[in-house]
Amino acid sequence: MKNEKEILLEVKNLKVEFGSKKKKFTAVNDVSFDIYKGETFGLVGESGSGKTTIGRSIIRINQVSSGEIIYNGEKISGKISKSLDKEITKKIQMIFQDPMASLNERAKVDYIVSEGLYNLNNHKSEDERKTIVDNALLEVGLLPEFASRFPHEFSGGQRQRIGIARTLVMKPEFIIADEPISALDVSIRAQVLNLLSSLQKANDLTYLFIAHDLSVVRFIADRIGVIYKGRIVELAEAEELFNNPIHPYTKALLSAIPQPDPRKEKNKKIEVYDSSCHSYDEDKPKFIEIEEGHFILANEDEINQYKESGNMIAIDASKAV
Amino acid sequence: MMSYLDVKINKEVVLCVNDLKVNFKLRGQVLNAIRGISLDLYKGESLAIVGESGSGKSVFTKTFMGLLESNGYIDSGSIMYSGKDLAKFKVAKDWRGIRGKEIAMVSQDPMTSLNPLKIIGKQVQEGIELHQNLKGAQAKKLAIKLLEDVGISDPEKRYYQYPHEFSGGMRQRVVIAIAIGCNPKILICDEPTTALDVTMQAQILDLLKNIQKEYNLTIIYITHDLGVVAKVADRVGVMYAGDIVEIGLADEIFYNAKHPYTWALLSSLPQLGIKGEDLYSIKGTPINLFKEIKGDAFAPRNPRALKIDFELTPPYFEVSKTHKAKTWLLDTRAPKVEYPKALKKLFDEWEGYRNEK
Repeated sequence: MKNEKEILLEVKNLKVEFGSKKKKFTAVNDVSFDIYKGETFGLVGESGSGKTTIGRSIIRINQVSSGEIIYNGEKISGKISKSLDKEITKKIQMIFQDPMASLNERAKVDYIVSEGLYNLNNHKSEDERKTIVDNALLEVGLLPEFASRFPHEFSGGQRQRIGIARTLVMKPEFIIADEPISALDVSIRAQVLNLLSSLQKANDLTYLFIAHDLSVVRFIADRIGVIYKGRIVELAEAEELFNNPIHPYTKALLSAIPQPDPRKEKNKKIEVYDSSCHSYDEDKPKFIEIEEGHFILANEDEINQYKESGNMIAIDASKAV
Repeated sequence: MMSYLDVKINKEVVLCVNDLKVNFKLRGQVLNAIRGISLDLYKGESLAIVGESGSGKSVFTKTFMGLLESNGYIDSGSIMYSGKDLAKFKVAKDWRGIRGKEIAMVSQDPMTSLNPLKIIGKQVQEGIELHQNLKGAQAKKLAIKLLEDVGISDPEKRYYQYPHEFSGGMRQRVVIAIAIGCNPKILICDEPTTALDVTMQAQILDLLKNIQKEYNLTIIYITHDLGVVAKVADRVGVMYAGDIVEIGLADEIFYNAKHPYTWALLSSLPQLGIKGEDLYSIKGTPINLFKEIKGDAFAPRNPRALKIDFELTPPYFEVSKTHKAKTWLLDTRAPKVEYPKALKKLFDEWEGYRNEK
């Protein structure tokens, strides 16, 4: 099944560093993954784990220190030609977390949605631009009349729809959704999630869905990568990851998701991940495919351990708070 | 496992709200934020209040501490606490014996609720000195003990550190320490974990549960996250448009909800969704609270609404001794309406649970 899928985006040994030589901080360290055409790839981790940085380096906002990003067979990281840069800007778009902060308060919706068209001269005439904007607004469930209004006249859910509409006018192939629903109210989250999946079907889109909430990612993503302190520790298909988590960090993360089921929830034991349970000083960990399509970050010792018991490292329950 | 049922047996009411109405004056109009809530809070329980933003859950609990914004006022009703009616309190002096001392609060964002220019220890000590009549070394000793109780390691050293040296989860622990340092009877936790990571969230909730036992607290949780509710609450009140539309034990709300709004809230959770299918989403927008509401406030957004829902406000119908809901669907004359399919798995457990009993 895997082989039939076409790889759209390849991230190879990506490393992103911030700061100058003396105070260097490695935000993303040796991360590799593929995203297939038409799928939703979920990236989960705590705040500060580097998930947003990965998204931002794909869209060329953050500079890559080493490693490369390949889109449709072409390298898009580092120095690239102007025409490719323009091409990538069109094809890869981003939806931001907070719709209250990501829209220009002083611009009308009409301008916000068509800003990408203006910048890249993607439209032939004023009439064409208007039609594109109207269609994009209709596609996200807003009315074309809203084009003449300002962002403050809309609710959070509607604003996020505007944020989605402005990516659609570019006719993108690949959308990076960075926590698109975490700033929204519970009742509106479902609407935006539904909208994202219906747009995916209609426009044949590929998503990179970045979130900290595993339960949301499980619902929307086909495959999930779990990231901890700049490294992907486990990557698998969504259901496989939930049914058979191997890495202790994934286990801790899964145990922390609150379930809407009081009796299960009250008897649940929360596992706490302690990174000192690995002994990586001599035996360096590698990112290895342990079962088909299921990758983990582990060293030789741990892999042998897994092969024997079907379990990587037992978490010491006494450490739990 | 059913420890919270013990609480129910010796019901001692610590706080009694009766037909509370809160209004706000806004641009010459009057907004009815709380529309006649009655609620008993039992000693030692944890009650969760859920609802979407704007449903009035924060406003409701703010009235217990006299923290309404200046354009808000209590229109009618009473809040009885140890023989006093908090709704009648007018000046700050009245509140001095209540705020912190009897009812304390843990707010949402630990990044903004601490003073950045003061060391952590002093901030914890402040409340202790004010409310427990301790001074100097004694107060400091207690402050350090509190920091240790909330899970801050090396408290003697941390006592002298500033908020910016703490992570988000640690700051929230400090905020909790400040709240319990006043030795309150009731603790109001307003979205205590929304600003935190999932892993940190689980730890803070566990901490609150332990603290509750240790300090004999009654806790009111305000949250929109039903996962959090399932974890911590003994009882759950569901708020919509300034009213509690359904209230019951956590089990009753999750496995046997009766109000269409509770159904909608539960079934829009991605945890219950089926992959590849659309999630249930609540249509429309919350009702306008500037206008008088006729009938059931949720009716315009409810695809299962009956004709009477638009005409007459439903009273509470009792489902069990501990569970009641404001919906005409519970009336004996109402047609049988099926709950949403997404809830079947959850509701099936109720059957098993009932058979157990």
